[in-house]
Amino acid sequence: MKILVGIKRVVDYNVRIRVLPDGSGVDTDGVKMSVNPFDEIALEEALRIKEAGNAEEVIVISVGGDECQQQLRTGLAMGADRAIQVQTSEPLQPLSVARAFLKIVEREDPGLVILGKQAIDDDNSQTAQMLAALWDRPQATFASKLELNGSSASVTREVDAGLETIEVDLPAVISVDLRMNEPRFVKLPDIMKAKRKPLEVISLDDLDVTVDGQLGISQFTPPPQREKGIMVDDASQLLQELKNRGLL
Amino acid sequence: MSRILIIAEHDGATLNISTSKCVTCAQAIGGDIDILVMGQGIDAVAAEAAALDSVSRVLAVNAEHLAAPLAVNLAAEVVGLSADYTHLVGPSTTFGRDLMPRVAALCGVNQISDIMEVSSAESFKRPVYAGNAIVQAEPANGTKVVATVRTASWKAAGSGGSASIEQRGASGSAAAHTRYVGLSSEGGERPDLQSAPKVVSGGRALASEENFELIYKLADKLGAGVGASRAAVDAGYCPNDMQVGQTGKIISPDLYIAFGISGAIQHVTGIKDAGTIVAVNKDPEAPIFEIADIGLVGDLFNVIPEIESQLG
Ligand SMILES: Cc1cc2nc3c(=O)[nH]c(=O)nc-3n(C[C@H](O)[C@H](O)[C@H](O)COP(=O)(O)OP(=O)(O)OC[C@H]3O[C@@H](n4cnc5c(N)ncnc54)[C@H](O)[C@@H]3O)c2cc1C
Ligand SMILES: Nc1ncnc2c1ncn2[C@@H]1O[C@H](COP(=O)(O)O)[C@@H](O)[C@H]1O
Repeated sequence: MKILVGIKRVVDYNVRIRVLPDGSGVDTDGVKMSVNPFDEIALEEALRIKEAGNAEEVIVISVGGDECQQQLRTGLAMGADRAIQVQTSEPLQPLSVARAFLKIVEREDPGLVILGKQAIDDDNSQTAQMLAALWDRPQATFASKLELNGSSASVTREVDAGLETIEVDLPAVISVDLRMNEPRFVKLPDIMKAKRKPLEVISLDDLDVTVDGQLGISQFTPPPQREKGIMVDDASQLLQELKNRGLL
Repeated sequence: MSRILIIAEHDGATLNISTSKCVTCAQAIGGDIDILVMGQGIDAVAAEAAALDSVSRVLAVNAEHLAAPLAVNLAAEVVGLSADYTHLVGPSTTFGRDLMPRVAALCGVNQISDIMEVSSAESFKRPVYAGNAIVQAEPANGTKVVATVRTASWKAAGSGGSASIEQRGASGSAAAHTRYVGLSSEGGERPDLQSAPKVVSGGRALASEENFELIYKLADKLGAGVGASRAAVDAGYCPNDMQVGQTGKIISPDLYIAFGISGAIQHVTGIKDAGTIVAVNKDPEAPIFEIADIGLVGDLFNVIPEIESQLG
C-alpha cells in the first residue's frame, strides 16, 4: 500500500502575524516558514504505518510555488520516500487543492491519504473532506488514533462531545488532530540523504486541474484589540471586582 | 432574495445551541430561512427547530442510516436539497466542519469557513491565522454560498417562532464504506463548555490529574463549565473535549477564568470573544496578562483555596 501525505508550507506557528498596512495580506517578508504542524503529524503517522510493515511507500505532496520544495525536503528528511510538487504560482483554495490531490490519487492509487485537520494560515479545515467527496471515499476527520485492520481502519475522532470511533474501508482520507502522535526530529544525516531522494515537479496545467470558483479574499485587517485590563492584589480584591461587574 | 438552508446539529434528543446561532447569522444574511433536521426519531428536535425565531420551514428527514452523524450520508441529503437554496449553512463545531466541506465539494464551490460577521448576503468577515487577521470573503460570481458559522461570534436566536414542519424521505442510502462505532464522553453533568456563561480553565501549571480537581471544584461552586489549555490536555490532566483554542473550542462566555495558562496565541484565539477574562498566573510577564481584563499575579495553589473559602 502507498500512503500520500499533504505538506503545506505555512508561516511558522511561533511567528507573530503582522497585517500589511494596505490590507493586501500578512507580512511574510523574512518570516520563518515551516511545514504546517498538522502535516508533520500526518507524515509521522504514515511513517509509523510503514515502519510497522503495513505500507511500502510514503509520498509527500505539496501544491504551491517552488519555495514549497523546502518543506517537501523536510518531509523527505523525516523519512518519506519521494515527493511531488504540484506547481502553481497562484495560491489555491481547498477545492482546487483537493482536485489536484485527486489527480495524483488516480495516478498513484494509494490506500490512505493523510492530511492535516487544518492549515494554520487560512484555518479552512476543508481539503480532506473535499478530497473524500470528489473521490467518493470515506473521510475520517480530526483523527487522534488510527488502527489498520487489513482492508479497513478504525479511527478515533476528536469531536466536541468527546471521542468518536468510526470504521472506514480503504482507500480513505484521514485528517489528523494534534494528539495523534509526537513527530520525530530530523537529524542532520537525514537532511543530507533527503537531497538525493526523488522530488518530481508537475505543473497544475499538466495535471489538467480546473481552478474555478475561488473565493474573493480581501481587506486583511488586524483583529479588534481588547481594552487594557487592571491588576488586583489578591483573591478578595478579585472577587470584589467580579461582584462590581455583576459577574458573581 | 436569499434562500438559506441551515443544517441542524443535534444529539437525537435535543437541538445543539450552535443551530440557533446559525439562525442569528442567517437573519443577518437576510431572506427565507429553512432548517434541515436529519436523523432518526427526530420529532422533538424538529419541534425545537420550528420554534426558533424567523424560521419559515423545518425539513425533517427521518431515516435509520442518518441516526449517526456520518458526513458521507448527511452530505448526500443536503446536496439533494441544495438546488432550492442560495446559501447552505452549518455551525463551525466539529459536526459542521466535518460535514459542510463535503457538501461544498459536491456543489463545486469553496466553503466560507467561520463567518464572524455578515457584510452583505455575499460578503462575510472571517478570521485567519488563528484570529490574528480578519479577511473579507466573497463567493465567486453567482455561485452558491456554502459556509460555517463561527458560533462564538453569534448570540442564540429566540424561540418564539412557529415554523411548519415538513417530513421528507431520504434521497440517499447508507454508504457501505463508512460505519459508526460509538461515542465516548467524559464530560459528565457540568455545563457545556460552548454555551456556559462562566468557564474556569486550567493549564500546565496544574501539574497532575489529581490537582486538576481544584479546577472542577471551583467550577462546580461557580456553576461554570471547565476548559483547559492544550498542554493540560496533552499531559492527560483532563479530557480532550475541554481544550480551548485554535484547535480546540472557540468560546465566548461572559466570564473566563484562566489558572496557570501562559496565553499562547493558539489558546488566546479561543477566548477573545469572552466578556471578561480573568488570569491568575505566578509569572507577571505571562502574555495572558496582555489580554486579561483582571489579572492576579499569584500561585494558583494558594489563590484557588482563598477564592473558595471567601465564596463560602
Ligand atoms: C498548531 C498548534 C495548535 C495549538 N492549538 C492550541 C489550542 O487549541 N489550545 C491551546 O491551549 N494551545 C494550543 N497550542 C499550544 C500552545 O502553543 C501552548 O503550547 C499551550 O497553550 C500552552 O499551555 P499552558 O499555557 O497550559 O502551558 P505553559 O505555556 O507551559 O504555561 C504554564 C503557565 O503556568 C504558569 N504557572 C506555573 N506554575 C504556576 C502556579 N503554581 N500558579 C500560577 N501559575 C503558574 C507559568 O507561569 C506559565 O505561564 C497549539 C500549538 C500548535 C503548534
Ligand atoms: N497547498 C497545499 N499543499 C499540500 N497540502 C495541502 C495544501 N493545502 C492544504 N493541504 C492539506 O490539507 C490540510 C488542510 O488544509 P485546509 O483545508 O486548507 O485547512 C493541510 O493540513 C494539508 O495536509
